Amino acid sequence: MSSSPRAAQPERAGRGTLRWREARTGLALISPTVVLVLVLVVLPILWTVLLAFQDLRLIRLRSAGLFGDLTVENFADVFGSPGFWQALVTTLVYAGCGTAASVGLGLVAALALRRPFRGRTFVRASLLLPYVAPVVAATFVWGVMLNPQFGIVNEVGTGVLGWDEPIPFLTERPTALATVIVFEMWRSFPFAFLFLTARLQAAPASLEEAARVDGATPTQVFRHITLPQLMPTIAVLALLRFIWTFNNFDDIYLLTGGGAGTEVISVRVFDYLVSRGDIGAASAQALVLSVVLLVLVTVYYRFAAKDEVA
Amino acid sequence: MTRMVTAPAETPAAAADTRPSRAPTGRGWSRTTVETRVLGVLRWVVIVGLALFTLFPFYYMVLLSLRDLSSLLQDPGRLWPALSELTADTYRDVLAPTASGGQGFLRFMLNSGLVALGTVAVTLVFAVLGSYAIARLRFPGRRRVSVLFLAVYLFPSILLAVPLFVFFTRLGLRGALAPLVLVYVSQTIAVAIYTLRNYFQTVPASIEEAAAVDGATRLTVMRRITLPLAMPAILSNALFVFMIAWNEFLFALLFLVEVRPRWTVSLGLSQLAGSIEIPTTVLMAGSVILTLPIVVLFFATERLLTGGLTAGAEKG
Repeated sequence: MSSSPRAAQPERAGRGTLRWREARTGLALISPTVVLVLVLVVLPILWTVLLAFQDLRLIRLRSAGLFGDLTVENFADVFGSPGFWQALVTTLVYAGCGTAASVGLGLVAALALRRPFRGRTFVRASLLLPYVAPVVAATFVWGVMLNPQFGIVNEVGTGVLGWDEPIPFLTERPTALATVIVFEMWRSFPFAFLFLTARLQAAPASLEEAARVDGATPTQVFRHITLPQLMPTIAVLALLRFIWTFNNFDDIYLLTGGGAGTEVISVRVFDYLVSRGDIGAASAQALVLSVVLLVLVTVYYRFAAKDEVA
Repeated sequence: MTRMVTAPAETPAAAADTRPSRAPTGRGWSRTTVETRVLGVLRWVVIVGLALFTLFPFYYMVLLSLRDLSSLLQDPGRLWPALSELTADTYRDVLAPTASGGQGFLRFMLNSGLVALGTVAVTLVFAVLGSYAIARLRFPGRRRVSVLFLAVYLFPSILLAVPLFVFFTRLGLRGALAPLVLVYVSQTIAVAIYTLRNYFQTVPASIEEAAAVDGATRLTVMRRITLPLAMPAILSNALFVFMIAWNEFLFALLFLVEVRPRWTVSLGLSQLAGSIEIPTTVLMAGSVILTLPIVVLFFATERLLTGGLTAGAEKG
């Protein structure tokens, strides 16, 4: 198309040329994937837009037509309900704190494991476990660990640390939100750790050595030499993590079910869809989420597409 | 930078330093020593702390799965099981079919395995063909396709939940495993294509051209030359696609929740977790069963995977 190099122009003309056969093979090989993505990702997203402007209930779904009467009522309802704005604030707090915590801990981990020691390979692999472990198992164990009756955390807290009474970590404001943020940190810091470790390995040692020879202390070397080199990676990581945490459903749904002040928008979308069967309102809220996401992805492109981290 | 510039100004104050060879850096030397010592200790504190923080939940999982419920309630703070209370009954309970009083996790494992392997197979076929095309062949719209796939990769599954749920409900396909496989493929294909494309680009085209000159067709070239060379990348792709599909929760919940015989392990554990009748220790055995295949796979192939993982990140 127009993006192809000008030099290729003369070859374009004839059918049956090598160039034409190549294009045909390319299209044939890529088309199954494109069709699948169009049918299962792109079309559904477009359909969400349509659904958001319809008054559609799950129980009436089978009789309803594809294109019902269009209305903006869903948006009026969504924006008019205080629960939505509360959920939006919760989502922002959750995503912001979760991102900062996981990238921060990932940085600390990458720095601590930077120099080789006996067993580093094993420790490194172990640190990645929370990230690869199934989310359902992880949330279940955390739930039991934090259980006020027989969970180990409260057992140690009351028995050893001298807490007056067990803390209901997942069922009370504002502890529940703090707990899901700590869980997010536990689960996602390996991602930042992995990227930052790779970036640290690529950083030339000569710069830091030179600074050290010039008398810079370790913290000064970190502050003025290492950190500036990591900054682009940290920025991309923060953005990526923010996008994913902002839309995260599994963790909060499984830990608290959205109770005790932890209702984020994605859990609200699910709730409207499945529990209330209000497809229109669920779509409208998903759409709001998409718009925020679109802005973030645009920022990501402008900012980091060249880094090819993703 | 400003702090670095001011550093030399401090050196006269340290002129009393007795070590002549260190004189230019003066007081900075002692600060360096202090910082190095402190950081040296802190480093080990951080390493040990992090290892405990990440590994303890997994240890606790295994520990509770081996303990008896009544002894757990009596002594919840115990961090290593007494030999007398060790039991494997929890595993028997959780694996046995519901007909004989168990929780039917064996059935769930079968479902999870089918879905995950199906996803791996379909994703790989699509991804190998697609990524080869993007890496090697010039065709109209090639760049746009790459952008589309990157967008899909960044697109979170919760936003697809509404339309897909409505769509599959309408078609009456909820409760079947095959549509779920297709949804998983659509979620993993973008990452798979992206990493495989990067790999294909590192394989020199001249090898393929040489074969083509010798009269091999493009398919023969792919099968005999490109695929064997790309095997490591294909394998690591297979592994992380398997992990994503085995771990997935949201779509399994949306599509399968009403049909218990079709539950995956993730879905089964999440659905039974709220139940009061099933002992926590039995469910803990269930979560070991859910986690173990992933951990084993991960440690067996860690080196192969870490490269792929950074690209094959989870979907939020």
